[in-house]
Amino acid sequence: MTPEEFNKIGEKHRNKRDEFTHNIRVCTAAACATLKSEEVKKAFEKEVKEQDKKKTCRVSGTGCLGLCASGPLVTVNDGQALYAKVSVGDVKDIVNNIDKKPVKRLEIPADTPFFARQTKIALENCGTTDPESLEDYLALRGYESLYKVLTEKTQVEVIEEMVKSGLRGRGGGGFPVGLKWSTVYKALGDKKYVICNADEGDPGAFMDRSMLESDPHSILEGMAIAGYAVGADQGYVYIRGEYPLAIKRLRAAIRQAERNHFLGKNIFDTPFSFNVELRLGAGAFVCGEETALIASIEGKRGTPRPRPPYPAQYGLWGCPTLINNVETLSNIAPIFRKGAEYYASIGTEKSKGTKVFALAGSIKNTGLIEVPMGITLREIVFDIGGGILGDKKFKAVQTGGPSGGCIPEQFLDMPVDYESLAGVGSIMGSGGMIVMDETSCMIDVAKYFMDFCKSESCGKCVPCRVGTAQMHRLLVLISEGKASMRDFELLEELCDVVKSTSLCGLGMTAPNPVLSTIRYFKDEYIAHIVDKVCPAGVCVMESKEEVVL
Amino acid sequence: MSSSVNIITLTIDEKQVGARENQTILEVARENGVEIPTMCELKGLTPSGGCRMCVVEVAGIPKLLPACMTTVSEGMVVTTNSERLKKLRKNILELFFSERNHICAVCASNGFCELQLMAQKVEMSHVHYPYLYPHCEVDASHNRFVLDHNRCILCTRCVRVCDEIEGSHTLDIKGRGIEAQVITDMDQPWGDSETCTLCGKCVHVCPTGALIERGMAVGEMSKRKQLLPYLTQMREVKT
Amino acid sequence: MEQGNKKKNAAAKDKRQKLVDATMRRHGHSPYALIETLHTVQEVYGYLDDENLKYVAESLRVPLSKVYGVATFYHFFTLKPQGEHTAVVCTGTACYIKGVPGILSALREKFFVEAGETTEDNKLSVLTARCIGSCGLAPAVVFDGEIAGAVTPDIVVERVGRLLEQ
Repeated sequence: MTPEEFNKIGEKHRNKRDEFTHNIRVCTAAACATLKSEEVKKAFEKEVKEQDKKKTCRVSGTGCLGLCASGPLVTVNDGQALYAKVSVGDVKDIVNNIDKKPVKRLEIPADTPFFARQTKIALENCGTTDPESLEDYLALRGYESLYKVLTEKTQVEVIEEMVKSGLRGRGGGGFPVGLKWSTVYKALGDKKYVICNADEGDPGAFMDRSMLESDPHSILEGMAIAGYAVGADQGYVYIRGEYPLAIKRLRAAIRQAERNHFLGKNIFDTPFSFNVELRLGAGAFVCGEETALIASIEGKRGTPRPRPPYPAQYGLWGCPTLINNVETLSNIAPIFRKGAEYYASIGTEKSKGTKVFALAGSIKNTGLIEVPMGITLREIVFDIGGGILGDKKFKAVQTGGPSGGCIPEQFLDMPVDYESLAGVGSIMGSGGMIVMDETSCMIDVAKYFMDFCKSESCGKCVPCRVGTAQMHRLLVLISEGKASMRDFELLEELCDVVKSTSLCGLGMTAPNPVLSTIRYFKDEYIAHIVDKVCPAGVCVMESKEEVVL
Repeated sequence: MSSSVNIITLTIDEKQVGARENQTILEVARENGVEIPTMCELKGLTPSGGCRMCVVEVAGIPKLLPACMTTVSEGMVVTTNSERLKKLRKNILELFFSERNHICAVCASNGFCELQLMAQKVEMSHVHYPYLYPHCEVDASHNRFVLDHNRCILCTRCVRVCDEIEGSHTLDIKGRGIEAQVITDMDQPWGDSETCTLCGKCVHVCPTGALIERGMAVGEMSKRKQLLPYLTQMREVKT
Repeated sequence: MEQGNKKKNAAAKDKRQKLVDATMRRHGHSPYALIETLHTVQEVYGYLDDENLKYVAESLRVPLSKVYGVATFYHFFTLKPQGEHTAVVCTGTACYIKGVPGILSALREKFFVEAGETTEDNKLSVLTARCIGSCGLAPAVVFDGEIAGAVTPDIVVERVGRLLEQ
């Protein structure tokens, strides 16, 4: 295929899109769908038909617009006007005013910090494309990066570009992506694989889900570029079985891409062939760990094995395997479209680019955001997030899920990057950010995460299997006011044993929520143990009840 | 053995040793008289790396590595017996003891139990974690063997020997985490198993009194693990 | 016994069985397809029953104990039939700190059912999920496949009551 021929494809779809003077997009990602956005979309279609504006107005669904708490969300002309909490009754007003000023009572001004402070790269197309339409993706220069890479660059040049971009793995570990690609490229083997890790298991994280539901083609494009770079011709997306909508859209996207030869044999008439298949996870957090994920794709119990050897050398069915998560892969196509230098110009020295976070918990603007690395927690929580729900007092923000920690108020002005978060005892993680106010008890939170780790432990290694059960038991005792300071010392010792000797990342990081709450909220532990009170009023103290009786 | 395998040198506990590059730290240590404690490892079976008793420190690597599954490399500096490792091993062993029910005085394997021996080896005097004491069944439905889950430490030696040596894969693990348990076929009584060949290898590789021969009284159940290296060798010769 | 099973399967190849067979065929009856096949079994039968587990084991040539081990490792799979209606309570972090314990205790008090169990009349199963990814709507409960966000214990009791009346 010649460049002219390829450019024509995109142009054709752009022209088609521009035939309409007005683009009405209704968010159909999970959160808005829950709030019946599908009915709103139908109402728009009906209204446009009735007002005879079918020639000028196009109604379509779109991916996540970010502000999930205020759904269903609707945009007109990709950002000209954004409407929140749109009900079927509001549809008439919006269509009536489509040539005039936006409807004030529903409008969210464009300069709202929630939108103005974000930098969108991975989420670039979320909200401006219909996730079920390949044409929309092509209109937005989709598959252009893949075309450029396949026709203009060697494998080594692609990897160099990735190194230059400074992108680091967005699944939690932060391993440099370029380096990872280069190890798989160098590994010897006739058969290699690329796996997209979409087993988003952190409770409180929904970035991957939103991206898959909003812009599935960009992930497929990222996988194909990765496949070309490392020399793989087969890709797998390992996706949570709990995400039916994401599965449906991804399946549809794979079919569309295959039919139009963006996947399959000899893509763009080059020697490169690449196929993608889905594999469904079945509810095991540990399968986010690379070796456990591989075991699961092989149809086995999802138990990890010691690394080294790393999957780059010995992965799926013993072949060299590249595993990247959803957000990492969704950054690939934009990097090749905008250039590695552009990407590297955003962020801090060691953490380049942007990061997607799922804001949730006791915060006004819950939803999906993408911010440059190095932004402070305060900006995220108070500017973008709009502050604490009910204007209560901020207590902590939890990042990294069960592998992360709780960050207290004194670090609110710390820049968000891999090193800073690790420095205060948490991790970047996959991007879940849960804000807690004064009504949350830190022992209760630690107990919650330990319960999670205990039930998600695969049971293969002893420190994790028995250690998490022991720690959970001790935390229950503390929360019930039945523990002594000796139990507290045991808890601290167990944290060390489990962290140091567990087989995989799940066990090695399981003590983090306990360690970070001990570090910053030790007085709460003491209050539970010595004074038998829960300062936040969450835990029910057994000994207190006895006194009442 | 093909001649293309490179010979390398490394340091184990300040001692310079030579090794073939595809050997594990554990193998090289044993050849050189350095003893590293192990629980789930058994010569002749694929290592699993689950018991974590054999973890060692390798200079330049922040995390501890299992000696049974880590291959040696040129210039590697390995420490197997630092004070920190000794303490951690003791703690891990205590976790083993605290998980189920390990009262030696009423166990058929008393005196022959590897868990018991290990406690002596790492000088574990008492268990200072609370005992979890879950309620576990004893499967006595088989006419030759007994499976007592209370004594099981989930080392999976029985599962591996049944799969890798006997080839019948009657045994496996169900559930996960602290709820994990050894099963026969579809978690049915062992006596009803359609696939068990009654070979008894599982009994003899079991480190504790979880798998014993029927009718054994306290302190009678000694195990013959010598069978394994021999069987493995036979299998290798055949292929 | 196996013979009997085979005959029965051959005779009563209903539509559901055909879907299971199709999944196995698509993967060339490879043992690697075990989890994919179990997904299909659960999708069409609602749960993994012994007979189907044995059938899958035989068809894919995977040992029985291994099939059982895999089926019980993954919490998405259930070996028990579900009640007529289900309420899946999300227990993700965001939902938890916004009041999941209250929702579960309300269900316990009103319908006498614990999380993970089914009522005696087989009408209602209360399940928990490790984060359904709708944190923006916390706390969230899925009633018969339909997600409801920002629920309170009262709303949950009311919705379940309506489900049971249907």
